[in-house]
Amino acid sequence: MSQTAAITPNEYIHHHLTYWTVGHGFWSLHLDTLLVSLMLGFVFFFSFWMAARKATSGVPGKWQNLVETLVGFVDQQVKETFHGRNKLIAPLALTIFVWVWLMNFMDMLPVDLLPRLAQWLGMPFGANPEHVYLKVVPTNDMNMTFALSLTVFVLMMFFSVRVKGPLGYAKELFTHPFAVHNLFAKLLLALPNLLLNLVETLAKPLSLSLRLFGNMFAGELLFVLIALLPWWVQWPLSFAWTVFHLLIITIQAFLFMMLTIVYLSMAHESHHSH
Amino acid sequence: MDIVSLIAHVQGLTAIAVGLVFGLGALGTAIGFGILGGKFLEGCARQPELSNMLAGRMFLMAGLLDAVAMIGIGFSLYFVFDNPFVSAVKAAANIVSH
Repeated sequence: MSQTAAITPNEYIHHHLTYWTVGHGFWSLHLDTLLVSLMLGFVFFFSFWMAARKATSGVPGKWQNLVETLVGFVDQQVKETFHGRNKLIAPLALTIFVWVWLMNFMDMLPVDLLPRLAQWLGMPFGANPEHVYLKVVPTNDMNMTFALSLTVFVLMMFFSVRVKGPLGYAKELFTHPFAVHNLFAKLLLALPNLLLNLVETLAKPLSLSLRLFGNMFAGELLFVLIALLPWWVQWPLSFAWTVFHLLIITIQAFLFMMLTIVYLSMAHESHHSH
Repeated sequence: MDIVSLIAHVQGLTAIAVGLVFGLGALGTAIGFGILGGKFLEGCARQPELSNMLAGRMFLMAGLLDAVAMIGIGFSLYFVFDNPFVSAVKAAANIVSH
């Protein structure tokens, strides 16, 4: 790869920060994000389905053991945290946890491995290697994390309206958190309540997605920056950051799942018990 | 003013801003983790049988604490490598010179 001899660090970083984009402007699609996330979704779905099909009540194999551990863990979290009745929550939580974890895990692969492979694969087709971009961590992409969190947001709204009724939900927006019995005070506090509730409702999907995006973006950028250092520094630094990043990956996936469960539980709660 | 000094000015201010975002985020997170860890140790000392559950909850809170600091880091790293303010200056320079 004679081009790499002339690449400046800035160009290297820019190359690693560019998505494989198709289309332009608002309608551009990040094909690398879409394809990798779909592939990982299929991997998750297919492997868990195979575990379910081949499940034995005798001594379980290793894969069945792992799947049972994960499903039991998510089930326990949902049972503890979710205070409603809904058959969607536990499968949703499991999907979010495992899928987000798998997508985050793509950050553990060496920074240049898959992009370089993509460049080599592109050369027989006549693609200029410098213009082959591949970012392999889907949750690195704001579009992906916003897709996840906006889906959760839509579910929150849907369940709020379904459980409390549209009028009940609107009433809750105007009477919480400051709840009074005096009619005049109620009218006075309606607007502050509404503003607080709007901010809270908007902050939930924003914080959910940006938290995951920020963690993954910073993590990948640190790997790219470590890749620019001399080889004898790379090994210890890489090792340290990889170990820490494994912890962060797991925490972020777990946190996304827990917050989804908590937000959906809040959407199912009617506050009449207060 | 020539374009180079304008861009340098913007880049310098961006560098200071990025440093502030990193530093203040780290400050808040460090203090928060300190308090969180202290309370966790206290809780474990009072009721050692709950230490597993408390540890799980602690990591949950740690993820929440990290959140805004990481958001700040993510955005400020974006500013470092693809500064939109510099792009605005360049676009304005193009408009002026054409």
